[in-house]
Formats: sequence, structure tokens, C-alpha cells
Amino acid sequence: MPALAELEQAWLAAREDPQYRAELNGLLRDFAGRPTPLYRAHRLSERVGRPVYLKREDLNHTGSHKLNNALGQVLLAKRMGKRRIIAETGAGQHGVATATVCALLDVECVVYMGVEDTRRQRPNVQRMELLGARVQPVDAGAKTLKEATSQAIRDWVTNVQSTHYVIGSVVGPAPYPALVRDLQRVIGDEAREQMLGREGRLPARVIACVGGGSNAMGMFAAFIGDEQVQLVGVEAGGDGIDTSRHGAPLTVGGRPGILHGSRSAVMQDEEGQIVQAHSISAGLDYPGAGPQHAYLRDSGRAQYVAVNDSDALAAFRALARLEGIIPALETAHALAWVLAQEQGELDLVCLSGRGDKDLAEVLGASGDSV
Amino acid sequence: MSATEATGIARLSVAFADTGKRAALMPYVMGGFPTLEDSLRIGEACVQAGADVIELGMPYSDPLADGPVIHAAGTQALAAGANVAGVLEVARALSASVPVALMCYANMVFAPGAAAFAERLARTGACGLIVPDLPYGEAPEVSEACEQVGIALIPLVAPTTTPERLVEIGASARGFLYTVSVVGTTGERRALGGDLADVIARAKASTDVPVAIGFGIATPEQACQAADAGADGVIVGTRLVRAASDPEAAAQHDAAAAVGAVVGELSAGLAQAR
Repeated sequence: MPALAELEQAWLAAREDPQYRAELNGLLRDFAGRPTPLYRAHRLSERVGRPVYLKREDLNHTGSHKLNNALGQVLLAKRMGKRRIIAETGAGQHGVATATVCALLDVECVVYMGVEDTRRQRPNVQRMELLGARVQPVDAGAKTLKEATSQAIRDWVTNVQSTHYVIGSVVGPAPYPALVRDLQRVIGDEAREQMLGREGRLPARVIACVGGGSNAMGMFAAFIGDEQVQLVGVEAGGDGIDTSRHGAPLTVGGRPGILHGSRSAVMQDEEGQIVQAHSISAGLDYPGAGPQHAYLRDSGRAQYVAVNDSDALAAFRALARLEGIIPALETAHALAWVLAQEQGELDLVCLSGRGDKDLAEVLGASGDSV
Repeated sequence: MSATEATGIARLSVAFADTGKRAALMPYVMGGFPTLEDSLRIGEACVQAGADVIELGMPYSDPLADGPVIHAAGTQALAAGANVAGVLEVARALSASVPVALMCYANMVFAPGAAAFAERLARTGACGLIVPDLPYGEAPEVSEACEQVGIALIPLVAPTTTPERLVEIGASARGFLYTVSVVGTTGERRALGGDLADVIARAKASTDVPVAIGFGIATPEQACQAADAGADGVIVGTRLVRAASDPEAAAQHDAAAAVGAVVGELSAGLAQAR
């Protein structure tokens, strides 16, 4: 608790500090490669019969939006005098981003990752190790993101004096959801300005995938005040939301629960045990979602839908063939929803990451070659 | 409040008053581990061996405050079919002979609603409730619900708790103040922190209820060290769960005897004159 208060104070101060902002903005530009392009996906637009724009976070350094948050948090940790960084990772993208920034800024880095995910995302484990991070496999429970997050929290409460915990999504106890949203908001701010420049208008719909929900929240944050813009979060439908094997707590609804220090949409049983999520994409394989998303759902400002594993796989292939872009499996959920809509006028999709990491999983799931 | 409703809090306060030891001995038992029947026998063995209060763990899918040993025991208990009804039956049976405080994570308390959960717990005869992941002040409905049915809501404080919060938490504490000896999760430590006496003194100054110390205490020497530092009660958890997990004891279905032996040593240690 005192550590959370300390973090909140440090963040509120850093956010207003011109020196911190200049340092962060400089790294976002020169190291990460921002702003990322806004790309009009011509053949995809032709396919669905309306313009579709992709916000190319896959072109951010390390291949996903995760670097935006990692840069901001590790810089913040250094300001706070922390010498050690820990992180959790599911798909490995957040772990890679954190390991990258720790190499850049010369800080010790430990990444917790479920054993199941170290198997599914082997290339990212190798990348983290190459970057000098220690990858700590987590063997508890379902051995995925939920357990990795729990283990990172345990490490943090034990080593709180020396260590900063870089949470990778808009989850966890306050101030994390707000901190991560603030750092990811650059996605939406850039995209909004780029869209106005290109089309002279705002998009009709903004679509992003939601696991914990950081790329979606970064995107949505810039458009919440634009009431005419529809916000759509796409969760993992897994085998289908009518089965128990999915990762779509916002879509399914039900009683809110407490997971990893925040109260939000959570997959749980009658007695309050958290149940295992399932998704073909490790980054969406999480039984909770950020509390801000639950608020946006309940207030009616955003809607949440689910896309099954099989439709996500089809969209993964479709974007590769249509646009020459291999999207992350997480992102493929958002693309699948867009592909399935017959109606619409102007869609903006957050292409949250690149899919090279997913090739083995996709080819395995399809049981065939490309 | 009716007479029966007041008994939980009252019974706990008596438990610390007359133990015949340097501090009350408070073993932790994981409900449903290795099975529900075994956990009841383990609890009974603890009472036989000198337990003054039993802390009964409700197994949970995501026990953030627990180290690997207790986490694994909880996972195994759930796999073996432990549920709320079963663990509360263990609480009921043990409450016949010893004050029981249930340790239960917040999401399970909120699942049926705090009031319904507290009522159900009170009906077993248990005395107290510990919710390790519920920060003080976050959910007044839980303390109100416990107060209504005479269940002591036992708060936790850590070495990192600020003086201002400690004053508020100490004033609100019922039953006892669960004082965490170390920064971190449950689990055995080779040595207790050098500032243990400070931690205990700070806790005692903040509250009128007894101060029990936990997290990291495993041996009779450590228990005595905590008692000498001023603790009114000593909670031993991971060491006992480890004894219950011992493969030899499990093979002989003798987890209760294994745990009872360790509790006996702790009790004898605490019973010796300073």
C-alpha cells in the first residue's frame, strides 16, 4: 500500500515534469520510432466495402505497443531510485519491451512468464534472454499470464524497496490502470490527429483487441470525448463464449470480481474462485480485464464483443494475404470483428503488434503448412 | 447484538488471556489439505498439542499473500474438491474446542456478499475473519457485516504500514492485530528481522487488542524470540503445511501426527520459563 501511494505521487509529479516528458518523448521518437504510421488498408477496405485504417503499432520498436508503457515506467522507476525492474508477460511482447528498455537504460530485469507461455512463445523468451533479462518460468495453476502476474506481485511485495514492477496492461491496483492508460494514450492521440489529417473527419468506429486492455485503452482514451465515435473492444472468444473456454469477461458479463488488486470483470465460479481463461493468443489468455473497460462498458460508452480462436486465425491469414502484414494473434481478433461487419463507414483499428512470434502456434493450430 | 452474536470477539480475547505460555500459539491449517477429513484431523492434532487459536485457511485460486508452499497446498485442496461448505464444516467442528479465525481472500467474501458470508461464518461458531488482500478502509461493508454477527475482523499490518494508517487500523482491530513480521509473502525464514521488537512495539502501541505475529516463524526458537519481543500470539503456518505435505506422512496417512509433533515442540518451547 505505501508503495502504491509512493508510485502514484511519483507518477503525478513526473507527468508534469518537463524534463521527464522531454526524455520520454525523445526516446519515443528516436528509439521507438514514433509516431507510428496510420495506414489505409486498401485491399482490406475493398473487401469490407468501407475505408479501414490501421494504426501501425506493429512498427513500433520491438513489434508492439508495449514499448510505449515500458519506456515510461522504467524511466519513472529510475527517477524513483529503483535499481531493479520486474515484469510479467503473456505473449512475451511486454516482457521483450521491458527487457529492451532495461538494456537501454542499464537496469536489472526479471520477467515472470507462465511455463505454458514460454512454450507457446519460445522466440520471445530467446529475445528477452539475449537482451540480458532473466526469464523466470512460473509453474503454478494454468501456467499462463494470471499466474505470472501473481508471481510478479509477490516478488514486488517482497522487494518493494529496491524494485519497480512494470505492469504491462491497464490492470492491477491503482494507480497502475491510470498510469498505463496515460502512457499508452499516445496511440490514440496520434491516430486521432492522423485521421483528421487524412480524412478530415473522425472515424465512425475505433476497434481494438482487449486482454487486460492496454492498447484498447490507449486508443479509446483519445476518443472518449468524441461521442459520435463508437468504441469496440474485442475479447478472446476461445472455443466460444457459450463454452467455459474463453477469455471474454467483459462480453459475458456477470458479477464483478477482484483480481490482482482491482475490481472489474472477472471470470469466476459461484464461490469466487478465479477460473482459467482460454485463448489461442497468449496475450488475451487472461480471466480479467482492466477496470476502466468495465466502467466504459457499464456506462455504455464502449461495447465489448468476442471473437473465437478459429475466426482470429482466419483473420491472421487474411491480413497477411490482403495487405502483406502479419498481425499478432491478439490483433487478429480485432481484425476478425472488422471483417465480419457488413455495415460501417470508416473504421480505425489498432494494429497492436506484429505476428512473427505466433507463426509456430498458428501453423500448429491449423495442422498444416501455410 | 444478541448474546450468541457477541461470542466470537469475546472468545478470542479470552484465548490470549490465559494460555500458560509466553504467547498464544496459533497454528495455521489449510482447509481441505490434503483432504477435508485430513485437515480436520490436523486441526484436532494442533489443539491436542497446545494450540490456543486455529487459523483456518480457505483455499483460493490466486492467493497473492502466500508463498509457494501454502499456494501449492491450496491448489491441491481445490483439486481434491475442497469448497466453502466443506471448509466451513471443518471450522464448525474445530470451533467446538478452540477459537477459529478463517483466512479467506476477498473475492470469496464478496462472491455471496459480505453480509451473507459473515453470517454463514458466524453460524459455524468461528470467531474471526482475516482477509489478507482487503486493504483497511477499502470495504467498510465487510467490517460492518462482521460487527453485526460478532465476528472479529482481524486486520493485517506490515513493517511498511505507515504510522498514520497503523493508528487507524489498530483502533479498528477486533480479536487481534495480525502483525506481519517481514516484508513479503508467507513462508519460512532462516532469521527473523532484527527490527522485530520495533515492529511489535509499534503494533502494540496502536491497539488495545492482542498483537499476534506471523509470516516467517517456523521454529520454537523463533516463536520464543517473538514472544520475548512482546508478541501476545505467534502464528506458524508454512512450517506446518510443509509437515502436512511430507511424503512419508502422506503415505502413512499420518499428516495429523506429523503436524501435531511440530506444534507440540512449539508449545513446549513457549511453555518454558524465560
